[in-house]
Amino acid sequence: MVAPVTTAAGKGPSPGPCRRRTDSGPSRARWTAWLVVAPFLAYVGTFLLYPTALVLAGAFQDGDGAFTPANLAELTRGVHLQAFLRSIELSALTALLGAVFGALLSWAVATGRPEGALRRVVIAGAGVLAQFGGVPLAFAFLATVGFQGFVTTFLRDAFGVDLFATGAWLFELPGLTLVYTFFQIPLMVIVFLPALDGLRPQWREAVDSLGGSSWTYWRHVGGPILLPAFLGSLLLLFANAFSAYATAAALVSQGSPIVPLQIRGALTGEVLLGQENLGKALGFGMIVVVTVAMGLYALLQRRFTRWQ
Amino acid sequence: MAVTKRGITRSAVLLVLGAYFLLPLVAMAEFSTRGANGTRSLESWSGIVDDPDLVDAILVSVQLAVTSSVLVLVLLVPTTAWIRLRLPGLRQLVEFLCLLPVAIPAIVLVVGLAPLYAWVDYFLGDSPLTLTFAYAVLVLPFAYRAIDAGLSAIDLRTLAEAARGLGASWGTVLLRVVVPNIRGALIGASLLSVALVLGEFTIASLLNFDTVQVRVNLLGKRAAGVSIAVSLLSLLFAFALLFLLSFVGRRRDASPANGSPEEG
Repeated sequence: MVAPVTTAAGKGPSPGPCRRRTDSGPSRARWTAWLVVAPFLAYVGTFLLYPTALVLAGAFQDGDGAFTPANLAELTRGVHLQAFLRSIELSALTALLGAVFGALLSWAVATGRPEGALRRVVIAGAGVLAQFGGVPLAFAFLATVGFQGFVTTFLRDAFGVDLFATGAWLFELPGLTLVYTFFQIPLMVIVFLPALDGLRPQWREAVDSLGGSSWTYWRHVGGPILLPAFLGSLLLLFANAFSAYATAAALVSQGSPIVPLQIRGALTGEVLLGQENLGKALGFGMIVVVTVAMGLYALLQRRFTRWQ
Repeated sequence: MAVTKRGITRSAVLLVLGAYFLLPLVAMAEFSTRGANGTRSLESWSGIVDDPDLVDAILVSVQLAVTSSVLVLVLLVPTTAWIRLRLPGLRQLVEFLCLLPVAIPAIVLVVGLAPLYAWVDYFLGDSPLTLTFAYAVLVLPFAYRAIDAGLSAIDLRTLAEAARGLGASWGTVLLRVVVPNIRGALIGASLLSVALVLGEFTIASLLNFDTVQVRVNLLGKRAAGVSIAVSLLSLLFAFALLFLLSFVGRRRDASPANGSPEEG
């Protein structure tokens, strides 16, 4: 990333001071200058800011549009509070699992050749599972450990082990945890690999030449440098799991154990009188949680880039 | 000693995690080729083309992938190039707006989009292609990062001034100077957009449009084999797209070095 910029800046005539005014006047120039950006701003305003504002405002309104704190108060009670706690638990657990195993996988990839086939395959595969995931992942796990799945039937026929002896766990929280790690680990590889690539080999060599072991290196050099990036990735993974909907929706068709599925219920089910805006209140709650996680992520990210 | 120990740990990590990620794919291949009474058959795979609803849904998704990538490029390329050249004060705002969808989960966005789509229906009809507007928002952060990185790698101001000095209009600068120079970034942004749109489920399903993922989910209830076959197919297709992307990225990094002798 850095090299092309320096070559480009080095060979061209110096930009900046010799800027030429080619338009007829400053006032007209300013006006037309804004015109180019207008379609983008209009589009983002309509399809991103307006829907978001509807959710945020709706969270504080009753069915007639009058102000009410009742929707948000509903979030602190009963099933909705439980859903938030369960969502946070699921996201935190899968973020931790994803971060640990994803960091290990990143390390295994980073120590290989930078242009190697392994690296290409892992990065492309990680991109697919982390961003494409969704419904196909749910079906991947149905084919593997569903009632008629590959592993389920194999264990039953070969060892007489019944995977579902304790109930339909795949369609409940333990199943979601298992499936979520399948896109959390790849996401960790995507966000953590650049940080590992940023470790300079000279640092390792310096530790080696001073007689330090592998442990000394990770304890005193690599670890402390990577810690902000690791914690940041952990937060990003948390936000990712917290926002995920498709996999859970395809896997869990009955009940709404987590917040995204409760929003589905609010959108598709019949709405109780006085709870027209419950979906928006749930959405508001999700935005708050994700914004906190992403804000902390941005802070940590800034701290890490000092080292690069 | 340290080297071999490291090598063993590395192989162990790759083997265990490799098996963990490959097992479900193998299981999908096995499940989708099951026939009656323990035989193998390709019925589930041929079932894909035999289901007209599924074929329609696939076509809709492919069209959406194209229209959404085109829309996001048409919106972003002039805007990002222009703010670098003429309105640097707007850069932070545009960056903030482009990265905002990361903080707003799709499942929340759809709550606000539902009333908006009543109006879209009213003005543009209820074609599933109207999902383009929602999808361009979803791919905005990814496309922005790719295009922004592409623009950072060229000396945009010098190029634009040279072209303007030779009498080119701003349109010509954009189409014949900016676009060819960030070709790699544009291909990257499009490939990512295509992959994301083909995999999207949340918005399509809750706005009641039949895209491939919505169809696959519905089919799962009665024809699990076909659903699993389509799922495997779409995962492999997305993998092929992103694998291609890894080569595009390399070419972009190499291009300034290749280009310098011609300019000198």
